[in-house]
Amino acid sequence: MQFGILVNEGPYSHQASDSAFLFARAALEKGYKVPRVFFYHDGVYNASRLATPPQDDRNVGARWSKLAADHGVDLVVCVAAAQRRGITDGVLGDNFRISGLGQLVEMGIQYDRLVTFGD
Amino acid sequence: MSDMDEMEDGSGIVKKFMFLNRKAPHGTVYALEGLEVVLITAAFDQDVSMVFTDDGVYQLMKGIDSKGIEVKDFSKTYRALEGYDIEKLYVDQASMDARGLTEDDLIVDVTVLAVDEMANLMAEQDVVISF
Amino acid sequence: MLHIVNKSATDRGSLESCLRMATKGSAVLLIEDAVYAATTGNAAAAKIQAAAADLKIYALGPDLAARGMAGRVLDGVNVVDYGGFVDLVAEHSNCQSWL
Repeated sequence: MQFGILVNEGPYSHQASDSAFLFARAALEKGYKVPRVFFYHDGVYNASRLATPPQDDRNVGARWSKLAADHGVDLVVCVAAAQRRGITDGVLGDNFRISGLGQLVEMGIQYDRLVTFGD
Repeated sequence: MSDMDEMEDGSGIVKKFMFLNRKAPHGTVYALEGLEVVLITAAFDQDVSMVFTDDGVYQLMKGIDSKGIEVKDFSKTYRALEGYDIEKLYVDQASMDARGLTEDDLIVDVTVLAVDEMANLMAEQDVVISF
Repeated sequence: MLHIVNKSATDRGSLESCLRMATKGSAVLLIEDAVYAATTGNAAAAKIQAAAADLKIYALGPDLAARGMAGRVLDGVNVVDYGGFVDLVAEHSNCQSWL
């Protein structure tokens, strides 16, 4: 079974990205596939490699990057939402890419489930 | 918009997508950016329903004038939905009642559903995306 | 259908909106601040207990624990971990997040 995940809020201000990450990791541990996570609205801020949280806190963006590296998860940032918020190719963390909303619609069409995390 | 007409994921699968709008316009960005997803989904030839409940019914108010807050008025886009073959627009009767609204207050023609009809419609969807 | 609620019922109306639309036999999972509704003495507790007659009510354990609420869960509420959350999504044909 394939899960698509939609993240609608940025890191730290809301729990959404943390909940989405822990859900994705649990799904992968159970042997399900998470082919793609789509970042929309303020969720695009998760993709910034410029974030430098304190050492004793989790690094939300880097954690997504590592999950993608370990499990081949496609981390897609909505281009229109990213352009509004100043997220460009130049600031993207590892394994994030910018693409269109069509990538979100495709998750709904092709995967078995789409789970949304937001405010 | 011309590039959107050709979008295809190649699978030929048509799923039932419900877009559930529960937020008022302008106070947050969800109504505007949600509408952008709806338009793209229609370009993929999916079976799209748009539902307005709770404060989401305020998105459809006639007479919106956002010049004074210097924000784009996207309410006219709802009238263009028909051109994208999005014809299934539903509003929740109880949400309208709780806000003193009737169909005459809305910018587009909608189907008003009672709560049990709305609940059944939601249950039969393949994908529900809520903004 | 699986309904997911993440807002505190004493702050926002999303739990109420969810319970209104949830058809008999469907599941409701409380995560993040929504878990407070599943605890004893909360103003929404009666609503949750009434809903449990027709719906299956779940709450995310790590969110309860993170809020000091692990010992106050209402009878009739099933506590699950993230793996249980995944199972609930897999078991139901669709899901809706009441953001």
